[in-house]
Amino acid sequence: MASLADSVSFEDASGQQSIATRSWRFMRRWPVIPAVILVVLVACAIFAPLLAPHNHLWGDLRAPNVPPAWLEGGSAKYLLGTDNLGRDLLSRIIYGARISLQVAAIVLVFGAVGGTVVGLVSGYLGGQVDEVLMRFVDLSLAIPFILVALTVLIVLGQSLEVIIALLILFSWGGFARQVRAETLSLRTLDYISLAKVAGAGTTLILYKHILPGVVNTIIVVATLQVGSLILTESILSFLGVGVQAPTPAWGLMVSDGRDYLDTAWWIALFPGMAIFLTVLAFNFIGDWLRDRFDPRLRQLND
Amino acid sequence: MRNFAIRRFIYMAVVVFATTALVFVLSRLTGDPRNVLLDEYTSLEQYEAWGKKMGLDRPLVVQYGIWVANAARGDFGQSLSQRTNSFDVIRQRIPGTLQLTVGAFIFAFLVGVPLGVLSAVRRGSILDYTGRVFALFGQALPPFWLGIMLILIFAVQFELLPPYGRGGISHYILPSVTLGWLAASGFLRLMRSSMLEVLDSEFVKFARAKGVSSGWILWKHALRNAMLAPLTYAGLLLAGLITGTVVTETVFAWPGLGRLAVQSVKANDFPVMTGVVMLFAVVYVGMNFIVDIAYAYLDPRIRYH
Repeated sequence: MASLADSVSFEDASGQQSIATRSWRFMRRWPVIPAVILVVLVACAIFAPLLAPHNHLWGDLRAPNVPPAWLEGGSAKYLLGTDNLGRDLLSRIIYGARISLQVAAIVLVFGAVGGTVVGLVSGYLGGQVDEVLMRFVDLSLAIPFILVALTVLIVLGQSLEVIIALLILFSWGGFARQVRAETLSLRTLDYISLAKVAGAGTTLILYKHILPGVVNTIIVVATLQVGSLILTESILSFLGVGVQAPTPAWGLMVSDGRDYLDTAWWIALFPGMAIFLTVLAFNFIGDWLRDRFDPRLRQLND
Repeated sequence: MRNFAIRRFIYMAVVVFATTALVFVLSRLTGDPRNVLLDEYTSLEQYEAWGKKMGLDRPLVVQYGIWVANAARGDFGQSLSQRTNSFDVIRQRIPGTLQLTVGAFIFAFLVGVPLGVLSAVRRGSILDYTGRVFALFGQALPPFWLGIMLILIFAVQFELLPPYGRGGISHYILPSVTLGWLAASGFLRLMRSSMLEVLDSEFVKFARAKGVSSGWILWKHALRNAMLAPLTYAGLLLAGLITGTVVTETVFAWPGLGRLAVQSVKANDFPVMTGVVMLFAVVYVGMNFIVDIAYAYLDPRIRYH
């Protein structure tokens, strides 16, 4: 690392940087690759019907288990091959992005709003209210999620709505805890006291004066959560208690591919790769945002 | 120390109470337990008699008491899918999960701790980057996919290891790695950051200034202090391990509690499900309690928070 820094500064001084050096520097400063992955992913989710080369629910039963295009027996028609029902894997993965991102987005909106309200109120009011609310947060973070999820899913039945509701329960506590910590330090600042002296009510202070100060924290926590939300959803789908067939959820697709490992390994490989890259990209961006906007969170998380 | 232990104990009791209450309410939401127990040929009198016998005519609080008392004795009712006592069904699966967890823990410890220490000592080296990649993968790899890819590589392609089931020692390798990976990356990151912190501390600098050899510093001064950090997170790792056993046992067709939980969800076998959840919850909360106490014992600063 030291040698790299030396060479860079040396070339800085001489005023001639090769394109390779400049792009390497750029890549070190900005999360280029993760950002590209995320753009592709969001594009896939939004424009799935336009991008998918084949129907994602109906396959050609005459062409089951076709290998990826670059392998022997592969066809240019099916870039990543087909599954056991002759469905195009690429199309299903593109539609799968839709499911994963949709679930994560809905969960985050509710989780962030709920958690933020609890965190603001708890941190600002303090005392008994804080004590009670924080015990709830502790509790929601202390109970192993998968057990609650399995129990609830057996009772209420397995549907996307239930899964989203469960993931919200899993998500809000993280927001509440970080926002509270941030609010605690903000509320002692002079401008808050001045607002109080000027006669501002609690709601107004929270909304106008404290909320803008915790927005960074909310964004960082949200980005860091996306990865684990997508992972958790894929785990439930893989176990067969999440998104149900024939909806192309990535976890479900990996589970479909399990039975064909010896003949058609690509069915399990590519959807899993999609989950892996997506989560990796979100985690990268989340870490980067945290270091940039909110270095204090680093101590809380690491 | 005593006050601390009492406070943690009360907290533990609250968590257990919340979990049992939640599970109880959910179990009542599934409907009248008589409906699954009795068939349509039961007369109304018999139906009422069963209600009395099971205490369904009492207030909900009393019903909860009865349910907890039964649960404490391991009686969660008849398994609906296997027609035997659900406790027996659960008991058979305990050794499988226990052995798998031990295997995973050994893997996590043997890989995570040394790699974490080396990453910190040789900061910025190839080893450090290897460690970081390993940890990043640990957080982003879907555990089920990791397991399936290991099967694909080591069982299907090279035919070195058995793909599923429980048996000889070779059966343990792939599931242990799958389950242990996340924990290993957790150990690694904690070990690395706490080693860096200790290596930067005054007493290590002093030891260096005195001319103590770096090997001695590492063993005698740094490692001992740095080992504390992974301990606090053992409780958190455990939550990951519980999720992990559910996934890993499903992937490797491993006869354990995690797979039993999934099977009973699919078979709508509520009594067995309840039993597994309660068992996991009690173990989880109990382990956290032990970790808290052990940590407070080792690091006196904690007690006064």
